[in-house]
Amino acid sequence: MKSYAKFLGKRVLYMLLTLFLIASITFFLMKLLPGTPYSNQDKLSEEQIYIMNEQYGLNEPVPVQYLVYIGGLLQGDLGVSFQFSNTPVTKLLSTRIGPSLQLGIQAVALGTILGIVLGVIAAMYQNTWIDTLATFSAILGRSIPNFVIAVLLQLIFGVYLQWFPIALWDGGFSSSVLPTLALAISPLADSARFIRTEMVDVLSSDYVELARAKGLSRWTVAFKHGVRNALIPLVTILGPMAVGLMTGSMVVENIYAIPGIGEQFVKSIMTNDYPTIMGVTILYSAMLVFIILVVDILYGVIDPRIRVSTEGGDK
Amino acid sequence: MSNVLEVKDLEITFDTYAGKVKAIRGVSFDLKKGETLAIVGESGSGKSVTTRSIMRLLSQNANVENGEILFNGEDLIKKSEKEMQGIRGKEIAMIFQDPMTSLNPTMTIGKQISEPIRLHQKLSKDDARKRALELLNLVGLPDAERRMKQYPHQFSGGQRQRIVIAIALACNPEVLIADEPTTALDVTIQAQILDLMKELQKKIATSIIFITHDLGVVANVADRVAVMYAGKIVEIGTVDEIFYNPQHPYTWGLISSMPTLEITETLYAIPGTPPDLLDPPKGDAFAPRNAFAMKIDTELEPPYFKVSETHLASTWLLHPDAPAVEPPPEIKARQKIYEEKFAPKYAKTQVKGGVN
Repeated sequence: MKSYAKFLGKRVLYMLLTLFLIASITFFLMKLLPGTPYSNQDKLSEEQIYIMNEQYGLNEPVPVQYLVYIGGLLQGDLGVSFQFSNTPVTKLLSTRIGPSLQLGIQAVALGTILGIVLGVIAAMYQNTWIDTLATFSAILGRSIPNFVIAVLLQLIFGVYLQWFPIALWDGGFSSSVLPTLALAISPLADSARFIRTEMVDVLSSDYVELARAKGLSRWTVAFKHGVRNALIPLVTILGPMAVGLMTGSMVVENIYAIPGIGEQFVKSIMTNDYPTIMGVTILYSAMLVFIILVVDILYGVIDPRIRVSTEGGDK
Repeated sequence: MSNVLEVKDLEITFDTYAGKVKAIRGVSFDLKKGETLAIVGESGSGKSVTTRSIMRLLSQNANVENGEILFNGEDLIKKSEKEMQGIRGKEIAMIFQDPMTSLNPTMTIGKQISEPIRLHQKLSKDDARKRALELLNLVGLPDAERRMKQYPHQFSGGQRQRIVIAIALACNPEVLIADEPTTALDVTIQAQILDLMKELQKKIATSIIFITHDLGVVANVADRVAVMYAGKIVEIGTVDEIFYNPQHPYTWGLISSMPTLEITETLYAIPGTPPDLLDPPKGDAFAPRNAFAMKIDTELEPPYFKVSETHLASTWLLHPDAPAVEPPPEIKARQKIYEEKFAPKYAKTQVKGGVN
């Protein structure tokens, strides 16, 4: 257990280092963006721009701005948004992360669970019409962009059936159903495809045959012995997929009028709102490295062989 | 002794893209209570398919075309999948070839051993655990209490095979099918596992079907031996009869190609390759590789000729009209030993011609 704590500590340290590097690189890349925060504000005079630059510290040389920013970052200060009426970026993000996070988690959970079930069914009925149908749906789900699905869902369940609101966010369950479904399609399709391929391998393995020889039924064997072994590769793609969804799919958020982070990110880039760009990027990256850590821990939970190697041997 | 298992005229084919592969072409044998029957033959001769069909664990493209598998008088082929689940692991259990891959890597071995116990004997979790512990002690795994919580990768190959054996013995099966249980192990561990199996067989009085292609192993464990070639049993008899009085040229070839301490020249190898079972040859399938083949071998399949009460061989050489042939010197030497040592032991039906 002691070595496990050491392993975790080391990983967290690497995480912070990674974040620092990402923040630094993003900072300089962002400065390379054409235009200024005032590019689409024709009415400002030279003098006004100078005063505002002075106020935001933008007249300083870039390295100095960088040091000031990193200094603030270390104290948890992400600066003040240029665009959204001087709101601190931390506040901007914290009010908007909620809906994105909620939809992301719901979509990943729904998508992967359904995907696993679909994948297992396809593998169990390998090379029959059920398998073909499942694989076909998975490819369809993967290839249709989620905004098309989003609009179709609005049309069917919002306009015709009127079961759910078309585009409204009140934080309630019913307003989250359609966006969750739209976002869940791609993780569903991905996990179904992955699980099917893995399960086909697992089902022909020796330990599955031995489990069958014990007298267990095919389905019991598939779920008790098969799925866990088939999950390992899925966990790898699950991490980045989850981050992508949780940080908000910009288009889907727009379609359903959801006040999430994706929408804000686009706006901040269009207007050179430096602190917001930095803030969202750092948030994305933080989530990504955190999920990568979670995935590494999950590997160990699923596969004892990996657990041992990270703990440094069986002693 | 009564028969626990009787396989009669079993014929199995596999559907493949190339056509129907006739993997098992009329196999019959029986297994008596408490005995060990070894099935030997080269890869693809149908050894494993035969046993998988007893377990009813054949792949989906397999068809049982003909025959019956009587287990205590009941035909296993006619059983439903549900009924088979009640038999597998309880009355007929199986040990697999490769212990490195036959345990689930993500489940503790304690759980894997308890599984069939809980399934068939409906024991509580605790009682099943106790029984699993007993089994691990029985198969000679030290420190069982602690090791129950470990995963397969924390055991060596030999230890894993002991665990697989423990799983197979969990419900005291009447029939134990061991599919090349020592092939994947190194020689010293092989010996340990064989000793363990012999010892356990005495303790729990189970009948064993032992599949192997290693004749040395056969001599060590078997009471009777069935030699398979191209989906048929070509010769079956007691271990003494097969080793010291073989009649089928294929058995001669197998025994001559077995390395011994006396060997001075290049080790014998049977020439040629087994036939393509997509289109099995007319007549005796071994004929093209058989130096003793006669014209009739290419035209008509030989029936089983009775060598003794316990010994059958399917070769035209045993026909009364067949010319007397000179077996290879290695075999002749063995037959001499047989005459001196074993012949009195077996019924004196040592005459050519009795068709079974």
